[in-house]
Amino acid sequence: MTRTSLAASAAIALAWASQANAQANELTLCWAAWDPANALVELSKDFEAQSGTKMNFEFVPWPNFADRMLNELNSGGQLCDLMIGDSQWIGGAAENGWYLKLNEFFDKEGISMDAFVPATVTGYSEWPKNTPNYWSLPAFGDVVGWTYRKDWFERPDIMAAFKEKTGRDLTPPATFAELKEVAEFFQGREIDGKTIYGASIYTERGSEGITMGAMDVLYSFGFKYDNPDKPYDMEGFVNSEGAVAGLEFYKSLYDCCVAPGTSNTYMGEGIDAYKSGQVAMQMNFAFTWPGFEVDPNVGGGKTGYLVNPAGPNGERFAQLGGQGISVVANTDNMDGALAYIKWFAQQDVQQKWWTMGGFSCLRAVVEDPSFATSQPYAQTFLDSMAIVKDFWAEPSYASLLQASQSRIHDYVVAGNGTAKEALDGLIEDWTEVFMDEGKL
Amino acid sequence: MANPIDLAAQATPPTLARKVRGLSDRAIAWIFVAPTIFLLLAINIFPLIWTIRLSFTNYAANKPNAEVKWVGLRNYERILTDEDIWSNMTTTAHFLIWTLFFQVVIGFTLAWLINRKFKGNDLLTTLIVVPMMLSPAVVGNFWTFLYQPQIGMVNYIVEFFTGIPAASFSMLGPGGLAPWSIIIVDTWMWTPFVMLICLAGLRSIPDYIYEAAEVDRASKWRQFWTITVPMVLPFLMLAVLFRGIENFKMFDMVNLLTGGGPGDETLLTSIDLKREAFEKWRTGYSSAYAIILFVTVFGLASIYVKALNKVKER
Repeated sequence: MTRTSLAASAAIALAWASQANAQANELTLCWAAWDPANALVELSKDFEAQSGTKMNFEFVPWPNFADRMLNELNSGGQLCDLMIGDSQWIGGAAENGWYLKLNEFFDKEGISMDAFVPATVTGYSEWPKNTPNYWSLPAFGDVVGWTYRKDWFERPDIMAAFKEKTGRDLTPPATFAELKEVAEFFQGREIDGKTIYGASIYTERGSEGITMGAMDVLYSFGFKYDNPDKPYDMEGFVNSEGAVAGLEFYKSLYDCCVAPGTSNTYMGEGIDAYKSGQVAMQMNFAFTWPGFEVDPNVGGGKTGYLVNPAGPNGERFAQLGGQGISVVANTDNMDGALAYIKWFAQQDVQQKWWTMGGFSCLRAVVEDPSFATSQPYAQTFLDSMAIVKDFWAEPSYASLLQASQSRIHDYVVAGNGTAKEALDGLIEDWTEVFMDEGKL
Repeated sequence: MANPIDLAAQATPPTLARKVRGLSDRAIAWIFVAPTIFLLLAINIFPLIWTIRLSFTNYAANKPNAEVKWVGLRNYERILTDEDIWSNMTTTAHFLIWTLFFQVVIGFTLAWLINRKFKGNDLLTTLIVVPMMLSPAVVGNFWTFLYQPQIGMVNYIVEFFTGIPAASFSMLGPGGLAPWSIIIVDTWMWTPFVMLICLAGLRSIPDYIYEAAEVDRASKWRQFWTITVPMVLPFLMLAVLFRGIENFKMFDMVNLLTGGGPGDETLLTSIDLKREAFEKWRTGYSSAYAIILFVTVFGLASIYVKALNKVKER
């Protein structure tokens, strides 16, 4: 071998080694493109400083998030080392081997799931549900709640008009019946020379919007996914009298009290409607709340926060949102990814996460006496997280979700058929999915 | 000065020259077309055969470790007996027929008008074709705003002409308007394409044919039906073929405008197929779905091309 070729080989080996070293010192975290993700970028700078690991981020807008990331996981891609995936993915991710099971790691590092809010552990980490098999660390707690224009609710002229119309005081609604009454009152009302509408609710057809919105209401009316004593037995639970009444209520809310043209709206449209002063109340996930506090139109005390109202029998549940952080099973930097999770689980990091707008799931943070008063929405967040329910987290969740999107939208927005027919049809669709899965 | 071909021949190494000289014309032809055939097999034929194979299984691409079972014709049977899929087919047919109808009528009319010589003709033609230069994603997004009942222009135009309050109806919402709304957007975007093809047809008609008709004292109306229409028809049919195939697989624009809603009122087969294949991950089932759609398009297109050839032969 000549001296030149020796030198060239050495140079190539050096370049290869340094590239491999660079990869070993880099991590890519995948999540949705939204405000909390920006906060996480800032938070992660501490990890970079401490560990010397360079953090890369891949954020995808919500409407495409599931498509893009599930394709990535499904194809065995190596884009992401860490994934903050939606709660409903956990079944598929566990059964298809996309995520690393974290039990051993948690035991070794002394990370206890008891240290996290129970609902988030069940919702984001466990598969099968209610078993101690953990696939993620609860990262971002989220839940559907309501915001309302506190400044309007406190205006004497509006209060008087409401009292005159309904015979009762205008107070933040505690039940869905009250919510509808308030929404009807505000619908089409002129406030400061502008026509406003009752409420913004989820009606989006393409991904998961209308399901999240309708379920948020149906739970409190008695809807259950299946027989608690006989899994996947849905007859009489999905289409119970209460569930039918709940879906009818959701349609009535859509028919009476939303702004014209809101037949395909989700989180973003809700935020816009609320911030622009188009609606008096808004259904949305809690992650939107920090943004309202600093908004020039609705911030500075103009916004109130509500736990999901109670149903006709006093039952009160809310749709779970949020995600856990998982290690992608085929990462080429497993040690680095686990180091990030270990760092993220620390109490001081979680405390900082909350102050930056991230909804921590660590009990030490949320159960701290100062937490409830740390933000105007903190207590509402805590109360809401105590009553959460989640959509199916089965491996076939996407098929189950598409079926509910179609059935619910067809009844609520398109106005076809009855609520009973929609829910009966939903049982048919879901039964077919579970039969295909071999679960029935 | 030496001939460059001779120079090239001299530069060819003798061993290679001997090898090439030993090849027949047919062999050399095969050498030239082999890469294309290989690519065609790899990119088109193999995936098609693979899809046909998958369509007889229960394969799910998101479960690589699950057992793949042979299910025979079950996927096809389920699709062809599924009322929802027939409903989607009907929705697609409605979209296809009406978009083709409007695009042909308006496109041909525009081409006929543009074909006359007047000042600003070229500028007007350029302006008319602008919509088809836009991305379907952009078109979908800005028509969403145009259709917005409170701020959108469309509802205000309707209010201006009919007196129906703008905020009282939604073009993309309930009430049966959504299927027509997507037809309007597609017509707006793709009529210029049909117009351009018709214009090419109109400009290919020699003037002397019209001059001969004038000499025979044929009326303008008769000239239109006996000269213009028959001679433009092959072009028009070609435009219909292109637009028909495109609209059969319409996805992006409609997905952005309505997401298939309200309910399933605008759920075209391509949107449904995408959801089955890449959201529900029913790969075997969606392969059968894709094959059915492929056979439908291929069959219709074959019949249509035969008709087109007959028209061209006349």
